[in-house]
Amino acid sequence: MARTRLERLQPVPPPAIDRDEEAGEHTRQRRPRRRGNPLARILTWAALGIATVLFTYPLLWLISASFKPRSDVFDNKLIPETFTFENYLTVWQEAPLALWLANTAIVTVLSAVLVTLSSAMVAWGFAYFRFRGRNALFGLVLATMMLPGAVTMIPTFLIWNGLGQVGTLTPLWAGNLFGSAFYIFLLRQFFLGLPRELFEAARVDGANNWHMFSRIALPLCKPALIVTLLFEFQAAWTDLMRPLIYLRDSSTFTVPRGLKALLDQFGFGGNWHWEIVVTASVITTVPMIILFFLGQKHFVKGIATTGNKG
Amino acid sequence: MTATPLRPATRAKQRLRPAQRRNRRRNLRSALLFISPWIIGFLVFTLWPVLYSGYLSLTDYDVINDPNYVGLDNFRQLLADPKISLSLWNTFIYTVFSVPVHIIVSLLLAMLLNRISGRASGFFRTVFYLPKMTPPVAIGILLLLLFNGQNGLVNTVLGWFGINGPAWTTDPAWIQPGLIIMSLWTLGASTIILLAALQNVPQELYDSARVDGANSWQTTWKITLPMISGSLFFLTIVNTIAAFQTFTEAYTAYFGSGNSTYSNDAALFYAIYLFQQGFEFLHMGYASAMAWVLFVIVLAVTVVQMVVGKRMVYYEGGQ
Repeated sequence: MARTRLERLQPVPPPAIDRDEEAGEHTRQRRPRRRGNPLARILTWAALGIATVLFTYPLLWLISASFKPRSDVFDNKLIPETFTFENYLTVWQEAPLALWLANTAIVTVLSAVLVTLSSAMVAWGFAYFRFRGRNALFGLVLATMMLPGAVTMIPTFLIWNGLGQVGTLTPLWAGNLFGSAFYIFLLRQFFLGLPRELFEAARVDGANNWHMFSRIALPLCKPALIVTLLFEFQAAWTDLMRPLIYLRDSSTFTVPRGLKALLDQFGFGGNWHWEIVVTASVITTVPMIILFFLGQKHFVKGIATTGNKG
Repeated sequence: MTATPLRPATRAKQRLRPAQRRNRRRNLRSALLFISPWIIGFLVFTLWPVLYSGYLSLTDYDVINDPNYVGLDNFRQLLADPKISLSLWNTFIYTVFSVPVHIIVSLLLAMLLNRISGRASGFFRTVFYLPKMTPPVAIGILLLLLFNGQNGLVNTVLGWFGINGPAWTTDPAWIQPGLIIMSLWTLGASTIILLAALQNVPQELYDSARVDGANSWQTTWKITLPMISGSLFFLTIVNTIAAFQTFTEAYTAYFGSGNSTYSNDAALFYAIYLFQQGFEFLHMGYASAMAWVLFVIVLAVTVVQMVVGKRMVYYEGGQ
């Protein structure tokens, strides 16, 4: 398993993210647009159009429903008949939303920054230095990706329980101090793509190991660092399982955990206040959508790099 | 045997001058310094948990009292627990249906995208990837709303075609299909991976095939699919592993406090039952045993896929 993933992932040219525009130009040149017959073109665009509706409608409907009064939530209209902000006010009053957002912000920012820095350090250790057992050790890094989370979940909980950290936000981000196999792999690929002469020249000029890493290597692999930051930010923001395990009190909840609590209270709780649940869903989702539009290019490139053979 | 030359490493070692040896030691020290975060993390958050989980699987443990060694009792209990077979069956059905459909639909979308270029292509990539940004909790809630039996959007649309939609979220027979269909909403990442693979297929192959008189059906089967088989294989394995551990959407929609309205046996996935055993019932030993069973199953399925995949995947440059 480990080896396959390695084989799959290794031939990817690291600077793919770097040369974004260039690569786009490249594909366009190599693959002259097939004009094809008009019928095929019409069918292509029709299929893409239908797919677009299927992929966007649920999200648009959700956002629109959050502006509808309770009685209209299920009316399936994209433009609310009666437009109201009341749901947002109600959610704000019913739930410690500001607190949840603050908690989530702490967890996501710390998670993303820490995992990016620590993974970059480790990746640099594997990419630049040559020492005996390096490949075996790196194989071990990759092998850890294959272990189902369920196996380590309970002992990890017991560690944080022993440290008295259950009920706090610490377990949600502190593990990221130690890097993460997938990001280590991704960043190492980038570091390996940097010309070695650069670092030899720097060493002659008196740069030490830390300088070479922080002043030269890190700035050069900014696109990969951004991918890592974005991926981890998303992972930390949307996580539900760990907040379910570690958070007890509603004042420590993250937004997804709070959303689940709202669903239990207002959806299932016999009240059927779906407008509140819908509105809270929108509040949980919108930051991710903004994040996506800010880092769109990096998301798409990062994903394409992940599963593509060279 | 005696004629075998010394391995380069050994030879180099013999020739090392003291200064070089010191250099090498310093080099190793700096390397380990950079790698140390991972080493610490591995020991504390992977190696120890794996070993301890193995031990816990042989005990009764409720967090409050000390673990009580029970041998293989947990595993014997597993075999007799009807909810284990139920959750395994649910997980299996979900995986068997969602993974192939997920990949086929992604491939179709990627092929469509591959026919257009420029700004439009970027637009559609955005559109298809966007649902992947939706937090799984929100997807679970969307599932309850869209597939609502009385006034959900899905049944409304089916109604336009004269179809009387089922009670997706309350009828046990339709809970799984609903979950599987909803899971297709987030296939954008696979689409992008496959699109990238499609764009890497050399145009010359198509050109020469066309010269030889191949039609587009033939080029698809004989060129496109073999050339992207590596990515298809990667997605199959990754999606299978993920499907086996699926949790959040189903848990959000059908489990949690206050949910007495819905029949939820059909949505009881293995990961959900494991979570309940471990963190709701505090049967940590039993849950650890479950985790090991999951590990063995995932490993076995992956190995089978790899053996089959090895025959079917085309690797550029031999291999």
